[in-house]
Amino acid sequence: MLRLVMQRLALLVPTLLGLSVLLFLWVRALPGGPATALLGERATPDAVERINALYGFDRPLVEQYLTWLGQLLQGNFGTSTRTGRPVLDEFLVRFPATIELTLLALVIAVGVGIPLGYLAARHQGRALDHTTVGASLLGVTIPVFFLAFLLKYLFAVQLGWFPSAGRQNPAMISTHPTGFYVLDGLLTREWDAAWDAMAHLVLPAVALGSIPLAIITRITRASVIEVQNADYVRTARAKGLRPPRLRRRVVLRNAMLPVSTTIGLQVGLLLSGAVLTETVFAFNGIGSFLANAVFNLDYAVLQGFILFIAVVYALVNLAVDVSYGLIDPRMRVR
Amino acid sequence: MSTDPSAQPLLHATAGAATGSPGPSGRDAGASIWRVAVRRLRRNPGAILGGVIVLVFVLVALLAPVLAAYGPEALPGRAEIRPTYIPGPSSEYPLGLDRYGGDLLSKLIWGARASLLIGVLSTLLGLLGGALLGLVAGAFGGWVDSATMRLVDLMLSVPSLLLAVSIAAVIGQSSTAVIIAIGVVQVPIFARLLRGTMLAQRGQDYVLAARSLGLSRRTVTMSHVLPNSLGPVIVQATLMLATAVIEAAALSFLGLGGGSPTTPEWGRMLTAAQNELEVAARLALLPGACIAVTALGFTLFGEALREALDPKTRKR
Repeated sequence: MLRLVMQRLALLVPTLLGLSVLLFLWVRALPGGPATALLGERATPDAVERINALYGFDRPLVEQYLTWLGQLLQGNFGTSTRTGRPVLDEFLVRFPATIELTLLALVIAVGVGIPLGYLAARHQGRALDHTTVGASLLGVTIPVFFLAFLLKYLFAVQLGWFPSAGRQNPAMISTHPTGFYVLDGLLTREWDAAWDAMAHLVLPAVALGSIPLAIITRITRASVIEVQNADYVRTARAKGLRPPRLRRRVVLRNAMLPVSTTIGLQVGLLLSGAVLTETVFAFNGIGSFLANAVFNLDYAVLQGFILFIAVVYALVNLAVDVSYGLIDPRMRVR
Repeated sequence: MSTDPSAQPLLHATAGAATGSPGPSGRDAGASIWRVAVRRLRRNPGAILGGVIVLVFVLVALLAPVLAAYGPEALPGRAEIRPTYIPGPSSEYPLGLDRYGGDLLSKLIWGARASLLIGVLSTLLGLLGGALLGLVAGAFGGWVDSATMRLVDLMLSVPSLLLAVSIAAVIGQSSTAVIIAIGVVQVPIFARLLRGTMLAQRGQDYVLAARSLGLSRRTVTMSHVLPNSLGPVIVQATLMLATAVIEAAALSFLGLGGGSPTTPEWGRMLTAAQNELEVAARLALLPGACIAVTALGFTLFGEALREALDPKTRKR
C-alpha cells in the first residue's frame, strides 16, 4: 500500500512538471506577450521594455522557465495583479471555502445517491426505478449554473429560507481560526456563526452536488443490478445467508467498487462546477476568484490556481485508488 | 463543466475501451451491426425521444431563417420596454419580449443555430485532434504511444471547465474561442477512447487474417481497424454534443462567449436574464430549458446508441 502511494506520488512529479511547462508557455503565447498582459494594451513600448527587463522576459526561454520553476518551488507563485497580494496567500484564504462547499456537495451526492441508486436497483423496472433513472438523467443535463440560479431564485429570493449570497451574514461578528467557517463556529462555540455559515452553504452545495448525485445514483443502480445477478450472490443465498446480511455484506460491498471510482472522478467535476456555483452565489472561494481572474487577465493567479487544482485533483484520485484496497481485498497491492 | 458536466456517462465508453473490452463490432463486423443497432434503437423509447429532440433541434437550427419571425439581432419591440416592465406573451410575440426589445421566440430559434454550430464544430475539432493523437498512438505503439498518452494524461489532469476557461481566456472573448476551448478539452477524451478501441481491435483475429493475406499495416489500420473502431467514437461524439452545448453556455455565463448583449445565444440570454428574475422569470427559464432539453436529447440518443451497439447486450 505504502509503495503504491510512493509510486503514485513519484508519478505526480513529471505530470506537474509537464503542466508547469504548458502553463509557462501558455502565458508566453499570449497576444502581445506577458508585459502587455500586465500593463494593458495601451502600454508604451518603453514601459513594455522596462517590464520585460524587470521580469527577465528578455532572457532565453529555458532560463526564464528555470527561474520561474525555482520560484515556484520556494512557494513564490507571483503576485495577483488585481489584489496586489501573493497568489499563494489568495489561494490559502479561499481554499477552505471551496473545500467546505465541495465536501458538503459530495456528502449530499453520496449520502443521497447511494441509497437512491440502491433502492432503484432493488425495485428495478418499477415506478421508483423509472422515476430515479429519469430524474438522474435530468440531473446530468441541467447546467449547474442554471440549477444554482433556480435554487437561488426559489429558495433565497422568493421564499427567503436561505441567504442568497456570500459565506456569512456580513453583520455577524465571529473569529476564524481555521478559515473553515462552519468548523470555526463549532470550535469557538459560536453556534450562531456555525449555523449561519451552514445556511450559506446549503443552496450552493445542493446545486453543485446535483450532477455528482445523478451520476452516483446511476452508477450505484447499475452496479447493484449487476452484482445482484452474480453467481456468488446466488451461492451466498443458497447457503442460507439472511437477506439483510446478504445485502449488506455481499451485494452492497461488491457493488461499491465502481461507485468509489466514480466518486473520485467527481472531484474534477466539482472543482469545475465550483467556478460556476460560487459565481452565482457570490461565494468567496477559489472558483469565483478564478472566474474573476479570467476577466482581469490575472495570469499569475490563473497559473498558480490551476497548478494547485491539478495537485488537489491528483491527490484525491490517489486517495481513491488507495481506497480500493480497503473496499476490495483483491485489489490490495502486495 | 466536464465538466464537463455530462462527461460522466461517457466514462463507460472510455473505461470500457481502456480495459480492452471488445468494441461493438466484436464478432460480427460489417453492415449487420448497424442494421441491428437501428432495429434496436427503434424499439427503445428513450432513443426515440432523444432522436426526436435531436431532430427537432437540428431542424430548428437549420431552418432558423424561415422559422424565426425576426432577425437574430432585431429588436422589434424596443419601444415597449420599460425599466420595470417587459411585455409578456402576445399574439405578435408568442413568448414575449426580452430586456432589449427582441422577440424571445426568434432569439431562442437563432440560439439553437448558435448552439448547433458551436457543438458540431467543437466536437469535430475534438474528434479530429483526438483521432490524430489516438491514431498515432494506437497505430505505432511503443514510445510514440507512451509519449502521446502522457500528453493526454496531462490534459486530463486539469478539470475540463478550467482548461476550457483558460484556453478561452488566452484566445479572447469570442464564439471562436469557445469552439476552440471546448474542442481542445475533448481531444484527450477522444484520443484515449480511439486508442483503447484500436488496441482492442488489433488483437482480433480478422486483423491477423488481413495481415497474413499480405496487406500492409497501413491498409489494415485504415480500412479494417479504423472502421471497426468507429462505433464507440460515434457514441462518444453524440454524448459530447450534449456536453458541448452545456459547456458553451457555461463559458458564456462566465463572460467568455463574446458578442453583444443582444447576441442570440442560450447561455448568454440566460446570463443576461439573471437580474430580471423579478421582472420576467421566463427570460431565464426558457433559454435554460432549451439548453437542458437539447443536452437531454443528445444524452438519451447517445446512450441508447451505445446500448444498441454493444454486443454484450445484443442477444437479449
